[in-house]
Amino acid sequence: MENNILLKVKNLRKYFPVRGGIFSKIIGYVQAVDGISFDIKKGETLGLVGESGCGKTTTGRTIIRLLEPTAGEVDFEGENFFKLSKEKLRKVRRNIQIIFQDPFGSLNPRMTVGDIVGESLLIHNIVKNNKEKEEIVKDLLETVGLNAGHIRRYPHEFSGGQRQRIGIARALALRPKLVICDEPVSALDVSIQAQVINLLEELQEKFHLTYLFIAHDLSVVKHISNRVAVMYLGKIVELASTYELYENPQHPYTKALLSAVPIPDPTLKRQRIVLDGDVPSPFKPPTGCRFHPRCKYIKPICRQEEPKLIDINGGHYVACHLER
Amino acid sequence: MGKILLQVKGLKTYFYTDDGVVKAVDGVDFTIRKGETLGMVGESGCGKSVSALSILRLIQEPPGKIIDGEIWFKGEDLLKKSPEQMRKIRGNDISMIFQEPMTSLNPVYTIGEQISEAIILHQKLDKEKALKKTVEMLRLVGIPTPETRVHEYPHELSGGQRQRAMIAMALSCNPDLLIADEPTTALDVTIQAQILELIKKLKDEIGMSVLMITHDLGVIAEVSDNVVVVYAGKAVEYADVVSIFKNPRHPYTMALQNSIPRLTDKQGKKLDAIQGGIPDPLALPSGCKFHPRCKFAIDLCKKEEPELEKIEDNHIVRCWIYNKDKAKEFKVKQEVVSITQE
Repeated sequence: MENNILLKVKNLRKYFPVRGGIFSKIIGYVQAVDGISFDIKKGETLGLVGESGCGKTTTGRTIIRLLEPTAGEVDFEGENFFKLSKEKLRKVRRNIQIIFQDPFGSLNPRMTVGDIVGESLLIHNIVKNNKEKEEIVKDLLETVGLNAGHIRRYPHEFSGGQRQRIGIARALALRPKLVICDEPVSALDVSIQAQVINLLEELQEKFHLTYLFIAHDLSVVKHISNRVAVMYLGKIVELASTYELYENPQHPYTKALLSAVPIPDPTLKRQRIVLDGDVPSPFKPPTGCRFHPRCKYIKPICRQEEPKLIDINGGHYVACHLER
Repeated sequence: MGKILLQVKGLKTYFYTDDGVVKAVDGVDFTIRKGETLGMVGESGCGKSVSALSILRLIQEPPGKIIDGEIWFKGEDLLKKSPEQMRKIRGNDISMIFQEPMTSLNPVYTIGEQISEAIILHQKLDKEKALKKTVEMLRLVGIPTPETRVHEYPHELSGGQRQRAMIAMALSCNPDLLIADEPTTALDVTIQAQILELIKKLKDEIGMSVLMITHDLGVIAEVSDNVVVVYAGKAVEYADVVSIFKNPRHPYTMALQNSIPRLTDKQGKKLDAIQGGIPDPLALPSGCKFHPRCKFAIDLCKKEEPELEKIEDNHIVRCWIYNKDKAKEFKVKQEVVSITQE
């Protein structure tokens, strides 16, 4: 089974320094991601869900080293991604690509679609000249459902959904093995979301892609993922197969999160768990279990000791003292 | 059923821009009864927010203008009111909460000052009494230690608390109608659940009516009694919430529901996406605005625009399929249309 694993994240940490005072001394750290570990298997989609500020985006960006990690390891096909030299990194990085949330901010408005999608082909010496590049780009545009004739247009000439398709084409240009999808549909309208989700599923099958799918929308994550990890304040609190997680959630936070999702069925009556309070600041996270100030089942140990993520049932991981 | 509180008839609000006329709202009809929550659902640019702003007469003129329609509120046409009369209605009889709680609060005043301003203005209380009432309101919406929070600035509150403060402000004068424009879109799901529960609870306590504007069908299903579906500036379907979800009749309402992933779906189900994109408001399609994306469209739909038609009690649809004279031109029969929705 071990060689089935494409990406292995071990104890990943990312702290952002907070400066203050007259000399801008470091007065503390925002613990955006605080020691998380998980694997992604070849060909699967791992969903990463959580509320804003829980560290899911930072996780995605740190894995691909858009942000330098504070500690931890990321093994990609057996190689520690964090130990690579800049040059080597660039070579390996073509195997991991990312799709961003904001289809407006993530495309350079001064570049044509052809240059946006094809830039990486030139950088990695996959094509020798512009003519070769254009051919590949046209192919890619058609693959993602855009008109190949639009290669010389600029991003502002496209709608939000089309722009997200450009972002997807760019990510696919280097034929990556892993694609990190960071909220790829949350900025899109309801009727456009489905188109992009279907496209991502088709492409996965066609190019044997592996996805790390980061999103806050639990319905979308359920639809696309094989396994799902739930994050809260920089920690993974639960990780299980999609079916297990949605049918048999164990962590009190996962339960509350699932019950909070409004379901488009007016005849369905269900018991809702409404959490009190807000997500605490990651600058001064609570001691012990980070969820304890909002948890109904709190025990004395929850304030003192941080629960470990343990396997309770063949691949269903939970970090909660109640599970002991 | 309660008395009719608000009735909007054939509302049209256009914007005259340098690039042409944007028909942001081009035929929206609905009624809200006392104590009822009406859900208004549609995608971005369909005219939901402009409809709400038109009710409050908050459309900037120029470039915008309400060119046609009637808005009857408690037996009076709001479109015939003078600016002074409108000012007395806003925040007092009808109030509104917005999507972005950060940008809709003034950053240089404390939340207490902002909430008591409306109370002093509409209820003629002095400063001290108004502040007392403000603290009460903040307690009502569930802000902890309101006596101290009342002196804080918006940036000192979290997103959810800011939205609570907005709600406190909107409800401070016991309005008859609360217009909530995407009140939970910018919030996390657990906070969204808190705010929705709060609005439901306060609605029952105060006995007000709510116009809930959102693109989220889940929110609609949860809070609405009746629903109006809007597409490209036009109301395309109106019915009670159960009919909208269990027996939708307009092709857009059906397609929208088939295209969303649901928590209750079986895994591996493929989404039935709506083809094409939302039309450009400057270049709207001819005939029925939905025809380029509609599975059932025929030539007629391209040429002529359908009118709203009553097909059952409390169920109104804008689609040629339900027109008695035209229905036979469609390959699909009415019955087939309703079956395609499983």
